[in-house]
Amino acid sequence: MIVLDGLTKSFGDKRVLEGLSLEVPDGKNTVIIGYSGSGKSVTLKLVVGLLEPDAGRVLVDGDVVQEMDREELAVLRGRIGYVFQFAALFDSMTVAGNIRLGLVRRGYDEDAIRERTHESLAVVGLSGTEDRFPAELSGGMRKRVGIARAVALRPRYILYDEPTTGLDPVTAAVMDQLMTRTRDLGVTGLVVTHDMRSAFTVGDRIAMLYQGAIRQAGTVEQIRATEDPVVRQFIEGRPPADLRPVARRAPA
Amino acid sequence: MSPLVASRIAARDGLVTLIGHRSLETARAVADVRTWAPLLLGHMRRLGVDSVPITLFIAVFTGIVLSLLSSYIFTGAVPIYFVGALVGKTVMMELGPVLTGMGLAGRVGASIAAELGTMKVTEQVDALETLAYNRYAYLVVPRVLAAILMFPVVTAFAMAVGVAAGWATSVNVLDLSTPQFLKGLKLFYHFKDIWFGLVKSASFGGAVALMGCLQGLAATSGAEGVGKSTTRAVVLGCEAILVLDAFWALVLL
Repeated sequence: MIVLDGLTKSFGDKRVLEGLSLEVPDGKNTVIIGYSGSGKSVTLKLVVGLLEPDAGRVLVDGDVVQEMDREELAVLRGRIGYVFQFAALFDSMTVAGNIRLGLVRRGYDEDAIRERTHESLAVVGLSGTEDRFPAELSGGMRKRVGIARAVALRPRYILYDEPTTGLDPVTAAVMDQLMTRTRDLGVTGLVVTHDMRSAFTVGDRIAMLYQGAIRQAGTVEQIRATEDPVVRQFIEGRPPADLRPVARRAPA
Repeated sequence: MSPLVASRIAARDGLVTLIGHRSLETARAVADVRTWAPLLLGHMRRLGVDSVPITLFIAVFTGIVLSLLSSYIFTGAVPIYFVGALVGKTVMMELGPVLTGMGLAGRVGASIAAELGTMKVTEQVDALETLAYNRYAYLVVPRVLAAILMFPVVTAFAMAVGVAAGWATSVNVLDLSTPQFLKGLKLFYHFKDIWFGLVKSASFGGAVALMGCLQGLAATSGAEGVGKSTTRAVVLGCEAILVLDAFWALVLL
């Protein structure tokens, strides 16, 4: 289980997280929703130790991430897959090269690496793209390779950073399917997104991050039925009152 | 102290702290041989072998100018065969290593900073960390070691070509014969001239690659940030070469 406990994080004068606490239960997809710039991606980076919180801590399977040294962090990262917002594929390597990098690190032999590479590309529906470079792939394909790279390591957890942002509706639905399928394989997912259709599709639990803390967390049904005005406005995608179209004046 | 001066000093202080901290991380990452060793040969080829043409270009023109300049200085005052002495000493001890270092600070330092900077702003460096790699062991150590090993090799070529260009110019443009040039070349020659230049160039290689790596990893804010990091890497690399040049002259001469 992943536990976020009172996380606070600032960048210069801008306070991004202010006492964020959340539990991510095993075997389920937990979705963090929130406005752009609300600190969702920062939260994911705190989970894998890519950023240090100013206060608070992250526990993964009971171990405090912030107390780990480099070697312990490497072991932790072996249990966590990370799918980046823009895929973050190594553009000097082929698709297969991207996937094999993590496997080489874990000491797999060449046969096992080849098998895992084929298997993980098949899971995301990209068999046959092994020798292509990231620049030759569409945005959706790159994101799927990002998932394949994470899945190949058979992690216990996968963190998804805006997995459907910038994708066409069909490709976004494919991504949703992949996240659900991965959950069904027993992998715990932590997804950050502001795509409500995706959140309702893949999420078992949804938490809204607002002004640096969790405004509300609950099951999909609870969030759909919420009476909290901030959460309601976000999930319905309603603009603030002062930005709504003004009534047209009658011609003079 | 004016706020502007104070902020500049703070920025410079922050830069020194940053470079110090990251250099320490790099030194620690040398122990992770399993990560950097397989990458070393590839970087040696990219940083060293691929840099030979630009280095030779610089060396040829350095040799030509030195022989013409020394002829201009010596004519009427010193025997003309001293041209060989000046070309040899200067190319081997100073201009060979320093001009090669400066040339490679532009080529190697900029290319490292741009590559790593792009990786940083596109989250490829973070992706590397999430795959349980140490960014310093994977990205910095092999490049710095490759530069330390290959700069002296490239500089040795530059020394040979620079002296050869000086000889060719002396024989063809000046009224100097080959025996006269060689007489001058041998006149003050010591083996130390060569190893002094090569030791310097190894340190220049380390500094140029380290600045490129650290500035690349410090890149922020997209293409503009990568551009700034690249410029800073070249400037700091050249500054480091001049400082190290003075250091070695004080220590070894």
